[in-house]
Amino acid sequence: MITPVIYDDAPLRERVTKCLQDDFKHNAIKQAQEALGSKRSQLVAEMPEWENLREAAKVIRQHVTDNLDYYLKEFVENTTARGNKVHFAPTADDALCEILDIFAEHNATSCVKSKSMMTEEMGLNSVLEEATIKVVETDCAEHIIQTAEDKPSHIVVPGLHFTRKEIAELYRQKKGYTGSDVPEEITHFLRDILREEFLTADIGIRGCNFAVAETGSVTLVTNEGNGRMIGTCPKTQIIVLGIDRLVPDLESLDVMCSLLARNAVGAKMTAYFCMDSGPARADEGDGPTDVHIVIMDNGRSDLIDTDFEDMLRCMRCGACLNTCPVYRHITGHGYGSIYPGPMGIIMSANLEGYDNIGSMPYACTLCGACSEDCPSKIPLHEMIRQHRINMVEEGRVPAAEQAAYKAAAKVLSTKPLYLAALKVGSFGMKPLCAIEESGQIGAKTAGIPLVKNWTESRNLDPLPATRFRTQFAKHKKESGEN
Amino acid sequence: MKIAFFPGCMVDMFYPQVGMAAVEVLERLGCEVELPEEQTCCGQIFLNSGYVEDVKPFARQIVDAYEKYDTIVSLSGSCMYAIMSDYTDILADDPMYRDRHAKMAKNFYEFTDFIVNKLGVTDVHAHFEGKVTYHKSCHLTRLLGVKEPPLKLLEGVHGLELVEMEHADRCCGFGGTFSVKEPEISKEIVDEKCQNIIDSGADAVCGADIACLMNIKGRMERLKEEGKLPRDIQVLHIAEILNS
Repeated sequence: MITPVIYDDAPLRERVTKCLQDDFKHNAIKQAQEALGSKRSQLVAEMPEWENLREAAKVIRQHVTDNLDYYLKEFVENTTARGNKVHFAPTADDALCEILDIFAEHNATSCVKSKSMMTEEMGLNSVLEEATIKVVETDCAEHIIQTAEDKPSHIVVPGLHFTRKEIAELYRQKKGYTGSDVPEEITHFLRDILREEFLTADIGIRGCNFAVAETGSVTLVTNEGNGRMIGTCPKTQIIVLGIDRLVPDLESLDVMCSLLARNAVGAKMTAYFCMDSGPARADEGDGPTDVHIVIMDNGRSDLIDTDFEDMLRCMRCGACLNTCPVYRHITGHGYGSIYPGPMGIIMSANLEGYDNIGSMPYACTLCGACSEDCPSKIPLHEMIRQHRINMVEEGRVPAAEQAAYKAAAKVLSTKPLYLAALKVGSFGMKPLCAIEESGQIGAKTAGIPLVKNWTESRNLDPLPATRFRTQFAKHKKESGEN
Repeated sequence: MKIAFFPGCMVDMFYPQVGMAAVEVLERLGCEVELPEEQTCCGQIFLNSGYVEDVKPFARQIVDAYEKYDTIVSLSGSCMYAIMSDYTDILADDPMYRDRHAKMAKNFYEFTDFIVNKLGVTDVHAHFEGKVTYHKSCHLTRLLGVKEPPLKLLEGVHGLELVEMEHADRCCGFGGTFSVKEPEISKEIVDEKCQNIIDSGADAVCGADIACLMNIKGRMERLKEEGKLPRDIQVLHIAEILNS
């Protein structure tokens, strides 16, 4: 079912096939992974304290999860004291209602937005548009995606899959662009049209990377400065914050920021870092006059004390996408969710339930590269496996598959059956499978479904006539005789 | 030293010569190798597909078979990680086996780690002519943390020139049942692995976990049939190189 999170509900296989046919997208993601990965590795190598930082991030983030009520209260008290208005939203629908109420209260008919996964998660844009409110995404990539009516392929760099030719053509058709496909020229054009939007929009909507409980501040990490424009221009601001975005104090914020940009884009820091601690005071010339902070739960607190609690430490850096061997090939669109890659599999399952994610948890080799890179040490691949375990336990895999696995497990764990099966296998494979001249099972094998899935692209060595255990017993006997 | 050997079912089923090579290396180094009769498979492939309940008989069987040994040498890093780590959760509610498993797990050594760090040997007097590149299997390298021993052993092989491929520690695309459940993605991943091996200039690729090698070998041989392999490249388990 299509939801704000799941934008493509075709079966995994279908999405994958489609993505693999798009050579540009496939290569763009591969190149981006290489570039981001090598820059990140360089930065990591420069920091002997890297592993300590990861451990610190884990401890801080876990500490906040363990004391979430305490830090939420502290943040709300401090941010309210600074003049911000806090709205609690237990669900995405509640968040939408709160935001619509703010628009109504201000008779607002337009807004500018900076990139925010929380607003994606609640499907804010389409709800605002239905209410005839003009929504303008101001992050460059998000603006391209909005203009193209497309979907993001990465959580940090969502427009990776567009060529500059496509972008230039898009703006020619939709926005009256007349220039070339030189990126700087397109960017200038975008800057011109966006400047007007920043200055005229009724409301600015932003996400928040981390909220600081001690100071009541919200922070925003961007590379283009659009987030700062939003924080500066419209008089009314809405900041959407996930309840898992809190850090206790500025010192712990420093740990997160040291890790975030390095992991996300392979940079020591981003071009812009905004920390906002309330509306403009009476003696200040600019800045918003009315700041609303919508704190959205949407199932996050339900994860506490479950197998997926560690996911609340996620800082949405995208490091797991940038190292994942599966994401590399199927791209964000292969997952069909606004949250792709390893963190995306887990988040999509947590948010949408197993009914709505198909076989997404199986789009993973369990190689553990994600867990190795995760800055807050989330055991991502183990959680993906846990989703598989839950799906099997809840009977969500096809009955035939389940029966086959159970039968195979019985055979392999019972020695007499195991030996008998191998004996049958070593003789039986030959007539069933086409043995090539090389002695291997090759491309011609089509009769056995699972074998076919292997032999479509790979040869398979047939079972030899004797087992290792037989050869070993013979060897022991011979060496005993000597 | 008396040791129990854990070959892993894929070696038992498909690659007996790899198991024998490992046994011969261990014997040359003075080990008395035993193979517990009752063991078959560790069940990891079922666990990773989500069938955790069905893994319990495997776990109990492995404990029964190996608990009486002080030293157990595993030829598979991936299976060994499942036995050492995953079994802890699987047997957590099994009072008959929980503690016995904990005691047994401490006695497990991965093949290359055992030779280098337990026996203190890096030169096993092997001779292999040619350029060899090493594939760093995910579970062995990342989860079990066995990184240096295979490389040290390869450096100790006479005549062998070790060359590093790009992204040696990137997954080969096997992933247990992933390879047959998601064959299209698996193919893309193993294709890149093969390309990195080709680009390294190696005459042979070796690894210390047979499952990855079965995948790489299967793809390499298909590429060869399709005329896409610029030269012959052998796919070998490190035990075969150490026994040459």
